[in-house]
Parts: sequence; C-alpha cells; structure tokens
Amino acid sequence: MGEGELKLLGTWGSPFAIRVRIVLNQKEVKYEYFEEDLTNKSELLLKYNPIHKKIPVLVHNGRSVCESLVILQYIDEAWSKSGSSVIPTDPYERAMARFWAAYIDDKVIQALLGILKATTEEEKTYKISETMSVMELLEEAFEKCSKGKTFFGGDTIGFLDVTLGSYLTWLKAAEKLSELILLDETKFPKLVEWTEQFLSTDCVKEIMPEVEKAEEFITKTLKPRWAAASSK
Amino acid sequence: MEAEEMELFGIWSSPYVLRVIWALNIKKIKYKYIEEDLNNKSNLLLHYNPVYKKVPVLVYKGKPICESMIIVEFIEETWKNDSIFPKDPYEKAKARFLAKFVEDKLSPPMWRFFTTKGKDQEEAYESFTDYLAILERELEGKEFFGGENIGFVDILLGCMSYVVPIYEEITDFEIITKEKFPLLHAWMQAFLSSDIVRDNLPPRDELLYRYRKIREAFLSKDN
Repeated sequence: MGEGELKLLGTWGSPFAIRVRIVLNQKEVKYEYFEEDLTNKSELLLKYNPIHKKIPVLVHNGRSVCESLVILQYIDEAWSKSGSSVIPTDPYERAMARFWAAYIDDKVIQALLGILKATTEEEKTYKISETMSVMELLEEAFEKCSKGKTFFGGDTIGFLDVTLGSYLTWLKAAEKLSELILLDETKFPKLVEWTEQFLSTDCVKEIMPEVEKAEEFITKTLKPRWAAASSK
Repeated sequence: MEAEEMELFGIWSSPYVLRVIWALNIKKIKYKYIEEDLNNKSNLLLHYNPVYKKVPVLVYKGKPICESMIIVEFIEETWKNDSIFPKDPYEKAKARFLAKFVEDKLSPPMWRFFTTKGKDQEEAYESFTDYLAILERELEGKEFFGGENIGFVDILLGCMSYVVPIYEEITDFEIITKEKFPLLHAWMQAFLSSDIVRDNLPPRDELLYRYRKIREAFLSKDN
C-alpha cells in the first residue's frame, strides 16, 4: 500500500506541514518535498487542493490528501508496517488523541497570535493568561496520555507530540519577541521536559526551523502585514 | 451489551447529538439517553466534559468521549459491524476531509445566512452555495456520500436534511431545490426516509418555533 510516488507540498514554517514531515521522517518514508510560496501559489497546489488552496498537501500516486491531521492518519494507515503507529491503536486512546489534537489546533495558534498582536499592555496580559490556561490543560493532558512515559504517544513520538510540537519554534519566537516565559518549568514541569525530549529527537531535529528564522519572519513580514491590515 | 454501559448526554434540538444517535443506530447499539438542560448543566456533564462543558458526551463503561465527530469515529472503531467508513485508507481520508469541510467551511456561512439580513445575508448565501456545489459534485453516481449506505459524511451533513427546509420556510430563500442541486435534493429525501434517521428527528413544529426565535433574537441584537 505504501509504495509509489510521494510528494509533499508545504512551507518551512507551517506547523501543519512540519508535523507531516516529522512523521514521514520517523517512518523513514521517502518523498519529494515542494516548498510553496503562498503569495504565489503553484499550479501543483491549485491542482491538488482546489478547495482550500492550502498546504500541506500529500500527493500519493497522483491522489491528494489534504488537512494535516487527516494526512497523519492516512500515513499511519498506508504505511502501517513502517515504524511505530502515529496514532494509538486503542479506540478510546485514539479518541483522546483526536480530542486533544483538535483542542491544540483550536487554541495554540490563537493564543500565540493574541500575544504577538496585542497592542496594549492590558490586552497582552489578558492574552498571556489565556495562554497559561491552555498550557495548564495541556500539562494535565500530558500526564493522562503519557502514562509516565516520555511522550504523549508513550515511548515514541505520536499524534499529539507532533501536533503540539510543530508549534514549538513559533512558541519560542513569541517568548523571545514578547520577553516572557511561556514554557515555565515551575508551572509546567512535564511539558518543559517533554519539549526538550521532543526537540532532541532525530526525526524532529532535521525538520524544526530555527527560532531566529521565525523571529525574523514575525518581525519583518507578519508584524508589518498586521499593521497594514489594521490601519485599513 | 447492557444499555447502562453506554450513556449519551444531549439536548433534543442539537444536530451534534443527533449525529451520535444516528451512528449508534447504524451499529445497533443500545444506550441510555440523558436530556441535559444547558441553562442548568448537571454535575455529571461538567465532570465528563470539563473542557467544553457541551453536549454530546458519550460515556462508555464510565469513560467519556466528547465532540460529535470524535464520538462517531470512536463508535466506528469499537464496533466492527455495519461500517460507517470506507476500508480503503485513501477513501477514508477523503471522508475525513469532506467532514472537516462541512464543519469548517459550510456550516459557518449557513449560520451567518440564517442569523443576518440584507447584504450580510446575501454574501453568506453566495458563500455556502459555492460550497454546496462542491458537495453536489461529490454525490455524482451515488445515493449517499458513503455510497450505497449512509456513511461518515452523510452523518455529519445529515442535519442539513431537516434544517435547510426550516431555513427556507423562515427566510423565504430557496436553498436546495431539485433545479439547483438535484443530487443534494435527492440525498436529503433518501437520508430523511432511511431507517436510522426516520424515527430519530426532532419534532418539526418545536424546531421551527425554536429557529424562528433564534433568528429574531439575532436580528434584534443588530438593531
């Protein structure tokens, strides 16, 4: 099932693309990577994701799979014999993984953007406390899912590890640019420990972008874009 | 399995709760239903869904599962009879993708359409009509999105089969007609008359009343 031509369309910084690349790495699956310019979308992207025109898009033997969490589950099913399972095998644990993945994708980006886009100290403080509430829940979720092991997925990186982990470069960039500590080991000891383990894993190290590159992108591209949009 | 092993917390009018009921029906699973009052949430609901405090919540052997799409996938993966998903990984991925499309792209403009008027309403109408066209294409050569039988996408989209006629009556707009979307129109009839759905729909009159009140409340907020 898993053989054949494989392409992945993504961007260097997208958490959604990063998580797919980590999993393909972990499963040692070979693929051709296409770095997209989202300001000038390629014919390939428009052809393979006509509905959303977004990345990541996995193209397997000419057929496209879109939406990162859908792609992760597809990779698990199509390459079930390669490497460890991405998503747990027990139905209840799968439901928990899907629940927390949806929560992470719903809350984490909004939290980070809220902090970076805040125009007043009051707003920034509020957004930081919102983020802290999210992290408290994730600290609890980690305890429940990891069952004392290193990762959300147990001994090896899994669905939730790559879902949350794919945001880490941006989280660290937000910390530096806003001069605050979100990954506070006194408040979230397990998450902080997990972060270190996750980032030092081989299949992750090769893919995660440098924090400096993210900081530069926020400062030179995103912030001016946001300023222009709000002055309209 | 005893009905006590499976409990479903819901409210009569929620389309999300109905998705779970339809899935339980497909799998022929017995369950105990608990009607919640969302203005006075039970301690059990708050205990089982502390993150969102919403319905539906399915509790199986004392363990809660939340979020309707996730619950339906859990039901599919725990009970192997009467599949809701295709077996092929690619077809399964397509079903999951379409389901997300319904949730993320189709539902918001439909809701916006129903709760606004004038230009806002017209723009929302244009948006979701484009998305309905995508679903129409997906139905080519099929009675249901799941093929011959009701599947995941049918369950996710299913509430549209009874809500759209209500929206049409209240707003006086034509949304899904035989002329505009013949396949979707036929799908709605097939879905509503299927065994698992037919006797599991909210009472129309009460729903009509409820939706009218909702639209009035939204429109008066804007004044």
